Amino acid sequence: METVETKRRRPLWPVAIPLAAFGGVVGFLAYMLLLDDRDPTYLPSPLIGKPAPSVAGPSLLEGAGDVTDGMVGAGGPVLVNFFASWCLPCRVEHPVLTEIAREAGVTLIGVNYKDAPDAGRAFLDELGNPYAAIVADQTGAISVNWGVTGLPETFVVDADGTIVYRHFGPILPEQRDELMAIVEGAS
Amino acid sequence: MTAELGHYALVLALIVALLQSVVPMVGAGRRDDRLMGFGGPCAMMQLTLVAAAFLALVNAYVTSDFSLRVVAENSHAAKPLLYKVTGTWGNHEGSMLLWSLILAAYGAAVAWFGDRLPATLRARVIAIQGMTGAGFLAFILFTSNPFERLDPAPIAGRGLNPVLQDLALAIHPPMLYLGYVGFSIAFAFAVAALIEGKVDAAWARWVRPWTLTAWSCLAVGIALGSWWAYYELGWGGWWFWDPVENASLMPWLLGTALVHCVVVVERRETLKAWTILLAILTFGLSLLGTFLVRSGVLTSVHAFAVDPGRGLFVLLLLAIAIGGGLTLYALRASSLRQGPTFALVSREGGLVLNNLLLSVACATVLLGTLYPLLAEAISNDRVSVGPPFYAATFVPLMIPMLVAMAVGPMLAWRKADLAAALGRLGVAFLASIAIVALGWYVAGGGPLMALVGIGLAAWLVMGALTDFAERVALFRRPLGVSLRRAAGLPRSAYGSMLAHGGLGLLVAGAVAASAWKAESVQMMRPGETATVAGYTLRLEEVTREGGPNYVADVATMTVLRDGAEIAVMTPERRFYPVEGQSTTEAAIRGGVFGDLYAVVGEPDDSGAWVTRIYFEPLVGWIWVGALVMAAGGALSLSDRRARIGAPARSRAAAELAVEA
Repeated sequence: METVETKRRRPLWPVAIPLAAFGGVVGFLAYMLLLDDRDPTYLPSPLIGKPAPSVAGPSLLEGAGDVTDGMVGAGGPVLVNFFASWCLPCRVEHPVLTEIAREAGVTLIGVNYKDAPDAGRAFLDELGNPYAAIVADQTGAISVNWGVTGLPETFVVDADGTIVYRHFGPILPEQRDELMAIVEGAS
Repeated sequence: MTAELGHYALVLALIVALLQSVVPMVGAGRRDDRLMGFGGPCAMMQLTLVAAAFLALVNAYVTSDFSLRVVAENSHAAKPLLYKVTGTWGNHEGSMLLWSLILAAYGAAVAWFGDRLPATLRARVIAIQGMTGAGFLAFILFTSNPFERLDPAPIAGRGLNPVLQDLALAIHPPMLYLGYVGFSIAFAFAVAALIEGKVDAAWARWVRPWTLTAWSCLAVGIALGSWWAYYELGWGGWWFWDPVENASLMPWLLGTALVHCVVVVERRETLKAWTILLAILTFGLSLLGTFLVRSGVLTSVHAFAVDPGRGLFVLLLLAIAIGGGLTLYALRASSLRQGPTFALVSREGGLVLNNLLLSVACATVLLGTLYPLLAEAISNDRVSVGPPFYAATFVPLMIPMLVAMAVGPMLAWRKADLAAALGRLGVAFLASIAIVALGWYVAGGGPLMALVGIGLAAWLVMGALTDFAERVALFRRPLGVSLRRAAGLPRSAYGSMLAHGGLGLLVAGAVAASAWKAESVQMMRPGETATVAGYTLRLEEVTREGGPNYVADVATMTVLRDGAEIAVMTPERRFYPVEGQSTTEAAIRGGVFGDLYAVVGEPDDSGAWVTRIYFEPLVGWIWVGALVMAAGGALSLSDRRARIGAPARSRAAAELAVEA
């Protein structure tokens, strides 16, 4: 195989172009990644600032009267919490909810999403019941009206019955204070 | 306890990887055989340790050890055993461990098969592979420890996302990673060559099999993912230009360019600097894909763990590995000796055109993937870039490429006669026109672009056949001579014909399924019928049935063609109580000419069911084509000349192949 090697002098800078371009891309990505208060999974709820949808329906608890819309927005802010017995993160947030309800005295309305009533009651028997009222949403219709996308989800409703905040996923212990601040701001 | 052993093995693996990255590198600098020889055993040890950690994690999944956080979050005792095993890599932590396992396996393979490599090159390649391994092991240990315990342990796991409980998807990540990670070897060889300051035919011959392996596996991995999306997501789509899909397509496009470039270096010892750059950038895009999928910087339907901390770590790895590689490139590339020159119209020229088009196509995909981020940074708008962008950019770039692809193999090295090459393709051209006419007749018309697409697909297949006919002098010599020549053709020649022809099949499927897809959506009660593309489907009944970890509504549909019953289809809608999610299981009646695709949705109050029925012409050709391409790569890999460490013996064969 012949080897005709041409020994021309080539300019040096073109070989640095890939490095420069790469540096630009990495710098940009780092900037986007480190940008404060940027959450790519954040989906604002169109319901914020709107009147809360209905939570009326039969109670999960035997012997308790039906849950009515009068319970939401009367006399102070409430938390509306969507949960189910089969949802592990719901177990995770349960102690935090209990603390918020018992110690901070916030009214908690539960929506038990598509659960077998026995399983829902067993869940509360096991972990305790921090809710002022729990509606059994057997068909999921209430949850659909609230635009719930996954369990658990929690809404803050102010004294006028207007939704002011939506929390996705379990309320973790470190998120408790932030949530309480929003509740206090709503009263 | 096994989990702690796994964790311990992972820590040891990191230490071994660090030794592997330093000792042989120092040894190569000092020409010290003992230090250089230390790399091989290190690579083997790293593989053993990572494999032990991986098996410990598999064990935790199989025994449903919910005291491990990843198991509790992603598995459930009621899941079938197969999906317990494959669930190991169905989440961020486990998939990173699989990634590291494959990385270590590639490193060990270089150590094992590379005994004929020059000692310094071998030591440096192993050291660089060790650095990449160390980076990823540190990433796992510091940000994504799969062996993290939960205390107290939950009684039950949260289960695996039901749409992921699927066989094709279970083997999709391993194939994909064999591809992604395989390019790390090309990267290691490129960086080692820059340090050595030497790129020659022998170097290319060693890089080629690794690149081909990675390229073929990535093709299979992408095809599996696309096939899964087609049958599982329930609306018959097979490619969405989603960021995660793009993340796998980009390294494949650049890897395709690399596979061709390496051949140029092997045969002609030219385009060396460009080949090195491609090797670095291809692995860079593999890492970028990992970053995009795992950092959560982009919103995607199947983005993994959204965690900026992890994203930053991967970005740092990317910056060190690829930034380091490119810095070395900037410093050393101009010292690589330029190879022999060639005419514009030549095999090399054709491959330069191929590389140019593939690189630009890859750049447009990169732009489309990152554009939503750019738009957000500039105007704070959330935009998504969808198929129209790619139809306007990617497709026009592919057209000249497909046209040129059939011509390239006809061109001679150094200087070729374009008119003669085109003349040899005359029959192929006429045959393609005939196929377009046939397609137009069968489909009863269609968009112009679809006919162009079918023409290009036919052109590729005919081009590959012409290539074969030319090489064996079919019809020009007696049949016996042609047969002997066919038997004597190197496997790599058959490999490239298969790969080009396979792309033709893929293009035909993609074009037909996009342009002539027929669909019908309706509410159906038992006894009612719906007709699509000449098939009539009658809904017989919908029954509720139980599965191992789900309950399903199973619709029974009878397929009629010209009044005769030809098949029964049973689409399902499954509900997985553990995960609280529903999936659609489409019923697909596959055929050479197209798939009949039926989906059953939710019932309304009156007992009527939503059904969607599609006819997807030639859609199966997409995946068959991809598999044929991968088979071409594998065949080329099995070529005697491509076998690792056989440079001396192969000279004669290489010369023969050039003339043939």
